[in-house]
Amino acid sequence: MDNSIQLCTFRLGSLHLGIDVLSVQEVIKCPALTPVPLAPAEIEGLLNLRGQILSAIDLRRQFRLPDDADEGTEGKMLIIVRTRTVEAALLVDSVGDVLDVSDDTFEETAANVPACVRPYIKGVHKLERTLLHVLDAEATASLSSTPTL
Amino acid sequence: MSSESFDDFQAELVKDFLLESSEGLETFDQDLLVIEKGEFDPSLLNQVFRVVHTIKGTAGCLGFSRIESIAHTGENVLSLMRDGELESSPDIADALLKLSDALRAMLEVIESSGSDEMAGDYTELKAVLDAIKNGEQPSGFEPPLEEAAAREPESVDTDSDGAWGFFDDEPEQETVAGGELAEESAGVAQAKEESVWGLFGDDEEPVVEKTVQEAKPVNVPAPVASKAESIAGATVRVDVELLDCLMNMVGELVLSRNQLLQLSYQRMIAPSDVSAISQRFNQVTTELQQGIMKTRMQQIGTVWGKYPRIVRDLASDLGKRVELETFGADTELDRTIIEAIKDPLTHIIRNAVDHGIESPEVRKAAGKSESAQLLMRAFHEAGQVNIEIVDDGAGIDGNKICGKALEKGLIDVEEAGRLSEREKINLIFLPGFSTAEKLSNVSGRGVGMDVVKTNIEKIGGSVEIHSVCGEGTTLRIKIPLTLAIVAALVVKSGDQRFAIPQVNLVELVRIKAEDMETSIETVYDTPVFRLRGKLLPLVFLDKFLKLPAREAVSRSSVSIAVLRADSQDYGLVVDVVSDTEEIVVKPLGKQLADMPIYAGATIMGDGSVAIILDAVGVASRSGVLGAAQKSAEALSNEIEEPQDTGEKVPLILFSLPGWENLAVPLEAAERLEEFDPSVIETSGGIESVHYRGGIMQLLRLGDLLGFETSFEGATREQVIVYKCGGRYLGIVVGENRDIVEQTLKLENIGSRPYIKGSALVNGRITDLVDVDAILVRTGLKELPESALCHG
Repeated sequence: MDNSIQLCTFRLGSLHLGIDVLSVQEVIKCPALTPVPLAPAEIEGLLNLRGQILSAIDLRRQFRLPDDADEGTEGKMLIIVRTRTVEAALLVDSVGDVLDVSDDTFEETAANVPACVRPYIKGVHKLERTLLHVLDAEATASLSSTPTL
Repeated sequence: MSSESFDDFQAELVKDFLLESSEGLETFDQDLLVIEKGEFDPSLLNQVFRVVHTIKGTAGCLGFSRIESIAHTGENVLSLMRDGELESSPDIADALLKLSDALRAMLEVIESSGSDEMAGDYTELKAVLDAIKNGEQPSGFEPPLEEAAAREPESVDTDSDGAWGFFDDEPEQETVAGGELAEESAGVAQAKEESVWGLFGDDEEPVVEKTVQEAKPVNVPAPVASKAESIAGATVRVDVELLDCLMNMVGELVLSRNQLLQLSYQRMIAPSDVSAISQRFNQVTTELQQGIMKTRMQQIGTVWGKYPRIVRDLASDLGKRVELETFGADTELDRTIIEAIKDPLTHIIRNAVDHGIESPEVRKAAGKSESAQLLMRAFHEAGQVNIEIVDDGAGIDGNKICGKALEKGLIDVEEAGRLSEREKINLIFLPGFSTAEKLSNVSGRGVGMDVVKTNIEKIGGSVEIHSVCGEGTTLRIKIPLTLAIVAALVVKSGDQRFAIPQVNLVELVRIKAEDMETSIETVYDTPVFRLRGKLLPLVFLDKFLKLPAREAVSRSSVSIAVLRADSQDYGLVVDVVSDTEEIVVKPLGKQLADMPIYAGATIMGDGSVAIILDAVGVASRSGVLGAAQKSAEALSNEIEEPQDTGEKVPLILFSLPGWENLAVPLEAAERLEEFDPSVIETSGGIESVHYRGGIMQLLRLGDLLGFETSFEGATREQVIVYKCGGRYLGIVVGENRDIVEQTLKLENIGSRPYIKGSALVNGRITDLVDVDAILVRTGLKELPESALCHG
């Protein structure tokens, strides 16, 4: 399994997603966030991570999923993503195991996935019981689908 | 004393010597330049003299004979000057500056190798200095000279360490031979210090070199040599008060630790105890962190100190006359930023002297004073550090720049034709650009302003250049306070805390709740407040930021923070003004980079995050800036108009509710239409209408721009129709008002999404909508096509 990677898995509602562990700095419980008025809806707020200010991105909103029934960030988790160019905290429902996956089970994103989500999902891994969506950490963290002017 | 501890002691002394000497030399250059000009305090000469004298003395003690001997020749010249025997002249200043270079080079050699034996012996420089001393002194002057030399130590010795006392009675004649002198002083040193150093065993001239060589291995142990970083750059001076404060906080930290340890021994631990202690820890460490940050702040003057010398040398090399003036040298910046701007600034200064400023003859012919003015200014503005470098030289000829860029193939002819004067000047920031007619050794190696620009942009800053041909050039560097600490006002609105940089704050006004009704009036829906007879436009922060409505808690008063943005005052209405605090500005993430209303964020004492408002951004977003800026901008437009050769562009003017002046280019639009709201069909959140046998999607511009646009009761929807790739898109606007032809001169380009920039149309600030971006957004157009579609 020389071309296998490790994915940190998490859940968003019924969606099962994974993100490359190499771009994950840490996973923390969601603290109280400072809302940013007039910011894009995906931005849930700001948090203070040991003196560094990070934007928390609500992945549910970014993926156009319905908001949780119980409003608020209580009990949710933050995945702190740090890549070469960008850092952000991704707000997710729950965090699962780190899985080893190999290229054999990988398949590109299907063409009929809505355009608003496609830039963020690299593809899926066909696991035994579920499909694991692979998140593009860089695109997700930089909110890159909104056209930059 | 064991030999090891002796070595340590010696190494310590050498280190002190290096540090002290390089600090001394730093001011030495600046003082010399003042002296060269001729208007100075006699005490300044004393100071300069003392620097060299101290170096000589200490070097003698430590056995660095080469430094000692060259310092001595310099000292001789300086002592003559101090006693008024020698008038300062450019030649002398030159020689003395070279002396400081030589001393610096030798100190570096000592730092890296541990001895000055590797350093050159600078016989040439010594000869020059001696010539100055002797050559310009007729022999008849010899006696007073000697007298001067004899007098010198007394005046100096009073305030210097007794250690230099050895050189009191050096016969002046001996200085002609440097080696002899070194030996002489070494001999004297030995006489008094033999018991400690035991270095200089011999008094005979030729042996000096040898003794030093022998002495070296004992004297200077390896640690000094292995030190990688230059000693001068490796230390920081810290305010004692701040240091005390830090010590206090460390004390607090220790106390907290003790408390925690005690707590951990208890069998039962109440959660409240833990939270109390952790809160204390939090507080102490945060304060400690802030204190440490402060020690990193440096005055920009530490960098500027070396520029007078650079300018002087450069100007005399090039046969120009330049006067350098600096303002705001006490502006504080973070160490890392200071380091980062050092080289770009040097480059800019060199550029200005080399390319910008003309030779005295040319200046005279142009009716300017022969000596040019070069001004450096640093100041805080709008939460940024501004550095301006202004010269009154030849300015930049946009056409020449343009021609050069064409020649080098950096742009093509078509592009060149479209450039405005300012854009042409900005071409100098292109990589691989250099306009020097002939390459000088100063600047113009093809790595020019683009390096400056990238370096400054790397730390999040920006460079602007303004130039009027024949009158001079102004370069403005803006550096964000990313790491800087600013004083800020902390306010609360809708239960959220915000910080406003104090630089923007003019005053605070409190209004009692019962007076609210009467004192806040409206001018056609815009709230205003009468402040000493003048109307102050108001922005309600909670409404402006669309903060969630608070429960109806009746406040006894509201506060108006009067802010100044681009020389326009406006009032920001907030619920509570809490406090002023020193805050550490931290950048917002990349995701929020396009929100000009925020300048960053900070962490409050309790660890929570507070957003810092950008007074200018808030003003322009809320529209209060428009009215006043109009006049200022009209003025500046008037000035710049003659340069403007842009073509007239037909524009469609329209408005949205709450956004008065918007425009799109007429050219790109297909048609203007009106629809009855009843024919608009909504499916899947997308509004569309039947149009020309097809379906046209409608896009509400207001939604896109993040503005409230409920057209309740609107009888007709005004739509601008675009056609792209066979499909139609209708952009729903509030009200089409007019079509005008106008030269476009865009400002604030790209500061807001979907707005290309602002321009003055019929005397009103009008925002130009970026139709291309909207078409791309709706998928009608791919990005690369934009040039085709837009014509």
